[in-house]
Amino acid sequence: MSNTTLKVNGSTHTLEVDPSTPLLYILRNDLGLQGPRFGCGLGQCGACTVIVNGQAIRSCITPVASVKSEITTLEGIATQGKLHPLQQAWIDEQVPQCGFCQNGQIMTAKALLDKNPNPTDAQIREGMNKTLCRCMTYYRIQAAIKRGAKAIADARPATEKEVVA
Amino acid sequence: MNPYTKIPEHVEEALGKWNTPRRSFLKSAGLFVVTFGAVGIDPLIEGAEAQTSATPQAAGPYPDPDFRQLDSWIVVHQDNTATFYVGKTDCGQGTGTSFRQLMADEMDIAFEKTTCIMGSTDITVDQGGSGGSTAMERDAWPMRRAAAEARRVLVEMGSAQLGVPADQLTVSDCVITVKGDPLKRVTYGQLIGGKRFNVTLTGANVNVTTGIAKVKPVQELKFTGQSPQRYDIPAKVDGSLKWAVDVRLPGMVHARNVKPPFAGAKLIGIDESSVRGMPGFIKVLSKGNYVAVVCEREEQAINASRRLKTNWEKPAKAPFPASEDLFTYIRNAEPTSTTTPIVVGNPDTAFAGALKLIEAAYEIPFQGHTAISPAHATADPSNGLMTVYSNDMKSYGMRRGVATFLGMPKEKVRVVWMEGPQGFGRTAADDAGCEAAWLAKEIGRPVRVQWMRHEETAWDTKAPAFAVNMRGGLDSAGKLVAYDFNARAVDYNHVGYNEPDTVLIAQLMGVRKANPDKGSASTPSDMYAIPNRRMATEVVSLPLIWETPLRTGNLRDPNGPQSTFASESFIDELAAAAKADPYEFRLNLLTSDNSDDAAFRRARSIAVLKAVVKAYGWDSRPSPKPRAGGNILSGRGIAYAFRGSTIAAEVAEVEVNRQTGHVWVKRLVCAHDCGLVVNPQSLRHTVECAMLHSVSRAIHEEVQFDTEKVTSVDWNSHPTLTHADTPESIEVVIVNGDPNPNRPDLPPYGAGETACKPMLAAIANAIYDATGVRLRRLPFRDARVLAALRASRV
Repeated sequence: MSNTTLKVNGSTHTLEVDPSTPLLYILRNDLGLQGPRFGCGLGQCGACTVIVNGQAIRSCITPVASVKSEITTLEGIATQGKLHPLQQAWIDEQVPQCGFCQNGQIMTAKALLDKNPNPTDAQIREGMNKTLCRCMTYYRIQAAIKRGAKAIADARPATEKEVVA
Repeated sequence: MNPYTKIPEHVEEALGKWNTPRRSFLKSAGLFVVTFGAVGIDPLIEGAEAQTSATPQAAGPYPDPDFRQLDSWIVVHQDNTATFYVGKTDCGQGTGTSFRQLMADEMDIAFEKTTCIMGSTDITVDQGGSGGSTAMERDAWPMRRAAAEARRVLVEMGSAQLGVPADQLTVSDCVITVKGDPLKRVTYGQLIGGKRFNVTLTGANVNVTTGIAKVKPVQELKFTGQSPQRYDIPAKVDGSLKWAVDVRLPGMVHARNVKPPFAGAKLIGIDESSVRGMPGFIKVLSKGNYVAVVCEREEQAINASRRLKTNWEKPAKAPFPASEDLFTYIRNAEPTSTTTPIVVGNPDTAFAGALKLIEAAYEIPFQGHTAISPAHATADPSNGLMTVYSNDMKSYGMRRGVATFLGMPKEKVRVVWMEGPQGFGRTAADDAGCEAAWLAKEIGRPVRVQWMRHEETAWDTKAPAFAVNMRGGLDSAGKLVAYDFNARAVDYNHVGYNEPDTVLIAQLMGVRKANPDKGSASTPSDMYAIPNRRMATEVVSLPLIWETPLRTGNLRDPNGPQSTFASESFIDELAAAAKADPYEFRLNLLTSDNSDDAAFRRARSIAVLKAVVKAYGWDSRPSPKPRAGGNILSGRGIAYAFRGSTIAAEVAEVEVNRQTGHVWVKRLVCAHDCGLVVNPQSLRHTVECAMLHSVSRAIHEEVQFDTEKVTSVDWNSHPTLTHADTPESIEVVIVNGDPNPNRPDLPPYGAGETACKPMLAAIANAIYDATGVRLRRLPFRDARVLAALRASRV
């Protein structure tokens, strides 16, 4: 057991935990977060995804002590009470069936768009490929990513848009 | 609200609106006392919030809410909002939203002002939970009738209050107004907000519950047929929904199972010293061949379950053949049961006179639920009661199963339903419920148990494997005159829902049903008019029937995808033999006989088939199409199914890579007729996902095993459809009812499962169209397809 300091969604927490504990169980059981969820414990499905340093990582296979930067979970991507454009796109497209995997879908999509604001269909398929959904909502997820990307682009100031273009 | 009370937000919200008189009624009537808080905090009792988490649970006993009381279904609040209590669970198809639409329509209340609470045994009437795509077809009816009765009673009350006969009143969104004198008005909230209805309903069982009022004709429904957004989705995308996996109780501990390493293994010994010194270790609990480790923290339980040394003895004989030998085994096995064949006409004579005889054999392996979240449940044993928090789709059945399994009176057990991963039938959630309850009872503390990925994939219930033999005879005109279908399913000892003598923990403890379920195979569910037809089914058993990971249970239209894969592939084989267009060949089978009572069903089938080829842009020609050059061969396939009263016809367009064998299902079109559509958006999405589930089963899914154990244990060894596989276009055409405009409107029928049925064959037919190679063994993984292409020199 040792003291570990975690910054999650803007708050700092110091916990006494076994440093090898997968981050997922700390987020869920010590910090009470519900976005990241256990799906496989093997890094294969993506249900546990959180974002660290702009990367979508699998918290189920990430030792807590290895995380030095701020962690963003599904609960932390809304700003000032307003849903992230991807979350809104998920509602507009009515993406979920059961919804259990959607944490991983949204967080993986966010990391994808943060790096590549205007992905092609092929890039979306490639970027999302290891994030599994057993209700098979893939078709709508891909539509929602495009909708979210458009909303993010539309919200950007005009000057910035020109630079991007 | 107590921070430990992890219940869905919409439930909390509704409970907050619940008012004193209903509570008093519920208590005084002795029906049930609601405690909805894991630690005995009753948010409905004044001052409850002031209690501490140390307060012992004060709830129970939990008799069944009385379905013959209007108050059990509907509560109207003073602010002209209403809460609906329904005995159903939502497995991801948005049924709660649809129930609200139907009930709001009958009650004349705005959809937005309603809330729906589902499936918790002590506050909602027992409608059995979910299953069989029956939500709209069967279970919405008592809800609608209760809502219509509430409106009738309220109008009567309004009539007394306003001194105007009821027939001179009109209602709009909770406001009762005198016709021609809109200033004379009274609201539902004024009439009954904070009061009970005290109205008794009638009906021999919950499905036929009714009041005096009649439901509205479909033309008067306002919200029904619209697509309001699902109320459950915002909390699922912002992380605020509390799922069954999120239950946290004071004093709660974590358990993990240690499953037998070999099917049918007998536990010889446990070396508890192998884990005793581990951090957080509490106890190893074991009975018979069931073993679990309990620790303070979740990761500790996982580590201890991996570290625990156990000794097992292998069974004397192999529990099953290896998966590559399965179909040989099935064909040589002695059936455990055989049904009396369904015979139309005289098949033997017709076969003897047929010009062309076609035979084919189809093979469908075991396929599993493999839910995205492994099975889980949390159980709280406080005060000699047992509360199980579960996503099980049949919460009422779980209550009965847990009570019997633990030997507790049913009144001391309740199941709080919360959202979970997809529920497409008899999942391992049933098993986890009994495990959590048993562990909690043994250890005297709340216990959360969750299966690991390898347990879920290897040990969840499986859809039975099928071997199907088919024969068909064509006459000189290419007409199908003789047809023979014979299916064998590996389905002996099919496990039911929440059975205390078939849940896995019971099996491992040696508790076993005296007479195993004999299982079933199914026959095709088309409406083809084939003059001479024989359809027979048989069930066979694997050597090991108890404590086996290859246990069968319902998975989404339990046997339909398997039998329809065979029957609708075979219709295409017949069409090819007759050199006929596969759509037109089907159409001829539906139009050739209009004399029997199936004529209406055939007319609806024809309308659906016509709709799908129109939407696809189908050009008439036989399959296969002339072989193209290049690496990518494309083709289209069609298939159709009639399930219950619902029809789906589907077209798949595929691309087959002749170098790799990879099949990409590029485009899907479905025409679907389930009668009255309550929420078109929800229906479309359900159908899209049902089709894709079958795409996954067609291309990827097979449970594999050696002669000792299941070797499909994770997403590498048991692949599923992914983003990269997703079609680039999916279209759903809602045919919506009756092709004959002179008939009355159809009621709503079941939606989801019908759409699963035809897709496996539609893909096989498309691959044949593209390549001229007929694949009769699922799934169509790259290696199998490539081998078949090579064998046919494609």
